Amino acid sequence: MRLAELVTAIAIALLSIYLMWKSGEGPSWDPTAERFANIGINIDGRGPGSGFWPFWLSAAMLLSSLAVVVNWARRRTKPSRSDKPYLDYEGKIILAQIGGGLFVFLGLIHFLGYYGAIFLFLVYSIYFLGRHNWRLTLAVSIAVPVFCFFFFDIAMRIVLPKGYLEPLFLPLYDIFL
Amino acid sequence: MDVLLHLADGILVALSPINLGLAFLGVVIGLFVGAMPGLGSVNGVAILLPFTFVIQQITGTATSPMIFLAAIYYGAMYGGAISSITLGIPGASTAVATTFDGRPMALKGEAGRALVIAALASFAGGTVANVIFTGAAPLLASVALKFGNPEIFALMLLAFATFVGLGGDDIPKTMISIFFGLIVSAVGFDIISGTPRLLLFDSTVWFSRGIQFLVLAIGVYGIGEMLWTINAYRYDMEMTKAKITLKDVGTSILRFREAWKGTAIGSLLGFFVGILPAAGATPGSLMAYGVSKMTSRDKSKYGRGHPDGISAPESANNSASTGAMLPMMTLGIPGSPTTAVLLAGMVIWGLQPGPRLFTDQPDFVWPLIGSFYVSNAIAVAVNLAFIPVFLWVLRMPFTILAPLIFVLSVVGIYAAYQNIYDVWLMLFFGIGAFLLRILDYPLAPAVLAIVLGPIAEPTLRQSLILSDGNLSIFITRPIAGPITIVAIILILLPLYGMIRRKLKNNGRGGLTV
Repeated sequence: MRLAELVTAIAIALLSIYLMWKSGEGPSWDPTAERFANIGINIDGRGPGSGFWPFWLSAAMLLSSLAVVVNWARRRTKPSRSDKPYLDYEGKIILAQIGGGLFVFLGLIHFLGYYGAIFLFLVYSIYFLGRHNWRLTLAVSIAVPVFCFFFFDIAMRIVLPKGYLEPLFLPLYDIFL
Repeated sequence: MDVLLHLADGILVALSPINLGLAFLGVVIGLFVGAMPGLGSVNGVAILLPFTFVIQQITGTATSPMIFLAAIYYGAMYGGAISSITLGIPGASTAVATTFDGRPMALKGEAGRALVIAALASFAGGTVANVIFTGAAPLLASVALKFGNPEIFALMLLAFATFVGLGGDDIPKTMISIFFGLIVSAVGFDIISGTPRLLLFDSTVWFSRGIQFLVLAIGVYGIGEMLWTINAYRYDMEMTKAKITLKDVGTSILRFREAWKGTAIGSLLGFFVGILPAAGATPGSLMAYGVSKMTSRDKSKYGRGHPDGISAPESANNSASTGAMLPMMTLGIPGSPTTAVLLAGMVIWGLQPGPRLFTDQPDFVWPLIGSFYVSNAIAVAVNLAFIPVFLWVLRMPFTILAPLIFVLSVVGIYAAYQNIYDVWLMLFFGIGAFLLRILDYPLAPAVLAIVLGPIAEPTLRQSLILSDGNLSIFITRPIAGPITIVAIILILLPLYGMIRRKLKNNGRGGLTV
């Protein structure tokens, strides 16, 4: 936990520096614009520039992350005193199974569309992770995409992506729309 | 008198069949969401916000979706107690204090009585808060009408300062959370000069539209918090079977007067704590419990199933949830993460939150206030009548509920913005929120900040244009000045405490040397 506290604070500090750098960028259509010309509080009597707000906020975030580092060094916070692992073995498994599952779920949306991906994600979560029986798994995994289809595509006319499964839905549109 | 007429009108609109149905549905969802450990009012409201667009489409008004979401908020405050009492795990952080006496009472075999006390105290707290709200809101709104840009920015500063000074979390981490939320809200285009900015990794596809509020909110509450709950409890949440008959409910209602003192303390204290940004229902209920115990003659009975130990936090969390609505509706400043989501919803539905709401949108405001009364009555009735049903539903395993919430989050974000990049961003925010949450980074300030950012930045910049870049404008104006000074004091408060402690320690050290 102690190492994670430091690594996170340093990562936030680096992110802050990147955001400060990015905030100072002029518009892409004006290559002559100097970096950090837009962060002043009163530029040419027209008040703060476009980079003023994000730049100084990022600077403040940088200072705050350094304060976290100081607190870490002085062991002021609970995580900085803790000898426990940041994520124990079971925690890592949970993150890998669920976080990984979510990444695959979103990736599958690009190929199988929402409904196919929802079905597979629910089967994976309920049957393989939750260890429930097939009957319950299939009941939930089929009911949810069917409900979503009628709610979004048919009732709300919000067309969710369908990927390569699109042709399967065309007859349904013919019937319900 | 005007207020009463408006209120009567509002209640009539809230009682129209569609609004009544939505309030009922909202309360039922809220009760469930509040009762389910790992889910609180903010999760329910954030995850369901995208689905309210259909309500707006059908009814053609922003009032009905708002009534629906406010009812979820209300219901969740009631629902938290159910799992605190029967499960020993608070359904939401707002019901933590309810476990102190609710759980022991349930273990003594009086779970039914504890649930009835919680329901009736919640009703009392909600009613007292509604009455104060109805009286105070129009007055506060009329004062707030005089506010210009410097005053509004000073109020924003105050909102953030309360998080730093009173939030109770690690201060640098709270500040990181606030700054991160504000920066995220600045991504995309500068609305004053029209210049693109913060197009991270030079990606116009991902960031030129800005980062939408719901992407962060659902990422944090739909993905991050759920992962955190699963990691903390490891799916291991078992319901203690509570046997409750209708007769138990009846006799417990008659014995409710034993809990009047806690109810009175919680109802009043909760409202005023709820008004403070960053405070809200959780500290409200904890404080009410503390004050109730402190002023009690039989302190030793607390922690062993004292009726006041249940009624004080339960009346306070309901009262505080209405209190948090006060600054949101009158000043456009949310008092809690849930009200931040409601505020964002109002913007999405095309309303301009703030003091003008009361004069420009009375057709929205008064039915909503009316619905507070209606939802409160529905919540207590549904709660008392369906306690056995909720206990049954709560047995739904987390291994089914969690994937359903993930699916709802992923679908909801797409339905709201119809952009698959937003769904990916939500997942990144969610995983990031989970990893930060383990290290005690508070996440609510970031959600509040992304809502307030688009209001805070233009008011700051327009104030600085007005003053030719002179920051003293926030100190010298008669209304903005005192607010800014209070905000600065609040920010410096923890620093003062630190210096005092240090001096004290040094003093001791000096004596020993």
